[in-house]
Amino acid sequence: MATFTLPKNSTVKDGKRHRAPTGAKNVKSFRIYRWDPDSGENPRTDTYEIDLDQCGPMVLDALIKIKNEVDSTLTFRRSCREGICGSCSMNIDGLNTLACLKPIEEVKGDVRISPLPHMPVVKDLVPDLSQIYAQLRSVEPWLKADSPPPPDGERLQSKEERAKLDGLWECILCFCCSTACPSYWWNGDRYLGPAVLLQAYRWIADSRDEATGERLDALEDPFKLYRCHTIMNCTRTCPKGLNPAQAIGEIKKLMVERQG
Amino acid sequence: MADTAPTLRTLRTPLGRVRGLGAAKGGTHHWWMQRVTSIALLPLTLWLVFSLAGMPDSTWQEVTSWIGRPFNAVLLLAFLAAAFHHTAAGLQVVIEDYLRPELARMGAILAVKGACALLWLAATLAVLRIAV
Repeated sequence: MATFTLPKNSTVKDGKRHRAPTGAKNVKSFRIYRWDPDSGENPRTDTYEIDLDQCGPMVLDALIKIKNEVDSTLTFRRSCREGICGSCSMNIDGLNTLACLKPIEEVKGDVRISPLPHMPVVKDLVPDLSQIYAQLRSVEPWLKADSPPPPDGERLQSKEERAKLDGLWECILCFCCSTACPSYWWNGDRYLGPAVLLQAYRWIADSRDEATGERLDALEDPFKLYRCHTIMNCTRTCPKGLNPAQAIGEIKKLMVERQG
Repeated sequence: MADTAPTLRTLRTPLGRVRGLGAAKGGTHHWWMQRVTSIALLPLTLWLVFSLAGMPDSTWQEVTSWIGRPFNAVLLLAFLAAAFHHTAAGLQVVIEDYLRPELARMGAILAVKGACALLWLAATLAVLRIAV
């Protein structure tokens, strides 16, 4: 059966509270999921009181401030701090998003932060993404063509053909969508999930690719593709404003179309 | 947890696990027929509901002669076929979503399909016995 409750050693306990420095006027509490695999203890929620007058505007700014100035053991992924690398994806205030694109002032009350849902946790806010990376690899997200490119240049596309890739190429693989999808939670071992299916469609929709049928063959499966029930969590949560649910719908339409 | 170290169940690579048994090359027909039957059920259910709503005081003879009319009998048979197909398809999706392990899933799907098929046959027989 799908598991709906946390195992005993995964229930989250109350953690430490780090007080704001005295004299701070504009204080906001950040309640952050902490888990250290080496301690043998249950996960806990630590609370950090941050003086927003001494902090940048985004949630990632607060996390970096905490790590630099309050608690250097806090572990999270981050890199570009401008929404293009996809590293700092996490669940903030109940919605998966990028910490670097989420303004603190958008969150009412305490800022609750936890790792991407339903993924194995490596430490604190760092999820284990090795399965989802393998799923991405399994759809072979690269150009496949038997015809050689023109000897004097690149493979050409018309403007219309290129326009079909808009809304697909912008995906930064942060996996906010896949980890927001209940179907991916219950059947992630077999269902590919919205992020990977959007990537698969990105190559199906590419006019330069010559392996469309082969790609559809590899997706035609009750679990790999048809676990999508158009729940739309993926589209609602995407920090880049993309629509994975629509991409999956397009794949399903092509599946029906090729049956004649 | 030091005393309850997780058991290593497999050393297979993530890519090997994800590729698994490959694509089943199926599921499209199931998904498409679920959509087709749901669209077919829209007018059929409306017709049936309005027809039944119009006969609260009808006698047994009036109702059986209504069922016996070819137009009504054909639409009833179509409704039954679409409704039971749609029920079985929908329940199969729920079972596939939530039920593990594989053997229990397979058994439950077969049981649901069998029950829906028998109920459909019984309902169809009832209409035919009145109509024919």
